Amino acid sequence: MHFEFNIEGGNFSKAGTASSQLKKILKQLNVDPKVIKRVVVALYEAEVNVVAHAYTGQIFIDIDTNKIEIKLVDEGPGIPNIELAMQQGYSTASPAVREMGFGAGMGLPNIKNNTDELHVASEVGKGTTVKMAIFLIS
Amino acid sequence: MGNTNFHHALKIREDLCIGCSHCMNVCPTEAIRVKNGKSVLFGDRCVDCGECFRVCPVSAIIIDHDDFNNIFDYKYRVALVPAVFTGQFPVDISLRQIFSVLIDIGFTHVYEVENGVEILLEAINETSTPQPEKKPLISSFCPAIVRLIQVKFPALVDNILLLKPPLDISALHIRKEMEEKGIPAEETGIFYVTPCAAKIAAIKDPVGEAASAITGVINMDILFNRVYRQVKQKNNHTCALPSGSKLSNVAMCWSLTNGEAPHVKGRSLAIDEIKNVIEFLERLENDEFSDIDFLELRACDESCAGGVLTISNRFLAAERLRNHVENFQPNPELQYPDSLRSIYQNSEYLQENISIEKVYPRSILKLDDNMAEAMKKMERVNRIMQLLPMVDCGICGAPSCQALAQDIVQGLGNIKHCIFIQKILEQKGELNLEDSVKIMQDIWGYGKTNKYRDLKGI
Repeated sequence: MHFEFNIEGGNFSKAGTASSQLKKILKQLNVDPKVIKRVVVALYEAEVNVVAHAYTGQIFIDIDTNKIEIKLVDEGPGIPNIELAMQQGYSTASPAVREMGFGAGMGLPNIKNNTDELHVASEVGKGTTVKMAIFLIS
Repeated sequence: MGNTNFHHALKIREDLCIGCSHCMNVCPTEAIRVKNGKSVLFGDRCVDCGECFRVCPVSAIIIDHDDFNNIFDYKYRVALVPAVFTGQFPVDISLRQIFSVLIDIGFTHVYEVENGVEILLEAINETSTPQPEKKPLISSFCPAIVRLIQVKFPALVDNILLLKPPLDISALHIRKEMEEKGIPAEETGIFYVTPCAAKIAAIKDPVGEAASAITGVINMDILFNRVYRQVKQKNNHTCALPSGSKLSNVAMCWSLTNGEAPHVKGRSLAIDEIKNVIEFLERLENDEFSDIDFLELRACDESCAGGVLTISNRFLAAERLRNHVENFQPNPELQYPDSLRSIYQNSEYLQENISIEKVYPRSILKLDDNMAEAMKKMERVNRIMQLLPMVDCGICGAPSCQALAQDIVQGLGNIKHCIFIQKILEQKGELNLEDSVKIMQDIWGYGKTNKYRDLKGI
């Protein structure tokens, strides 16, 4: 099954819309609650990343009985050093974003902890693509 | 995935129901449909929150409780009374008066539910800090919330604090006390005076416990009427006067909003009213909040003071309990005969028996146990949704277009139940008017469907 969502950069009140929708879908599909939690946490973090850093983004979700694949494609500043961004606590978030309780540098590391596969590709000045997968059968 | 035959205290009386759909529209778990002019309850979805009971204009939704005279089947009859019961009475009627009338009308003992609070609080604060993924702990106090989590938030069942609520702790204490006095268990009847339906369901069909120590349940509104009448008719100079409450401030207000949260260590939050709770749990499930240690969640606005079986205005009831706190005078010994000892006499025993077993999810949201099947069904639901008007008018007898789409896929509904689709089918000549009226009649009953014609004589 395929689903798509749009993300609006800078609008924190809408961050989490896609993860809430996906959560509903996975509950209806009788996916193990523990797996749902991992998926939702990972997608929520990724959504917040796009909202906090990029101008606009799209989410593509594919679900089959073996795995859940999520791709987030954004138009934004890109990540100059992905290795650094993957480190816990590293953050380039602005003070305004931090004031809202985001930007603690937990985003990408948290996504990594909750997914089975994670690929981040980025071009500075153009945007970032985050691909993640969670397997349903261990 | 769990048993679907749950005990529900809420029942719809078909003879009284007028099929007005008010209950269907307020049910937070979409557990009600209208068929043949009557409301029908889906037992596996209902969490006994009682929202339907509140809105029913003809009192067709009833809360099934034990007959008062059942207490006389027991030699020792304990009234297990929550603080909110006393909150129902005007302030000039004292607690001692209320309790003495309870003795007058047939109970042999009166015991306050909140006596169990301190034992529980000790256990809560001794609970080791949970692993981060089990944070925050969610109080097991409100049984409607425990059931809500089971059916709607299966990922959060492991967050439920596996400790008995004060009600069960007090009941255990009473059992133990009676046993110590050499009274056979079958001679003691413990009757809880309930402010809501969920507590009844929890006693008749406990979650995380094999059986409850409580014998029966009496609805608060019924007992209130009995006691208040008696209070009005006589002044109780003659009966043995039990002492007033011995409850501490904390215990007295435990069942009110913010009764638990401020006393639990760490960062705690209190949320009342079921829709507020649902909104919060949706976001909690996304892990949007971190660093909350404890959640006090209650299904009713103003918590138990707003229980569906309460009589007094919930704000006034809460005020009475809070004011009582200010006048609190510790009174160490009860004066009426045969009284029970302090709960601390049994604290070791109660602490040993305070745990409940793991709570299991019983999701109502899954379309099928098998994921491949569920995916097929979801695709069908989505296709049907595209055909429906998405106005959630409820004319089909389901609370929303989505609910109808799901019912259709589960074989419980028909797309022709949608009034918008009926119109188009009629226009295209695919549905004749007779059949169209018949469909409406099958949902709403003859009376409502034919009112205009029958009254106008057309």
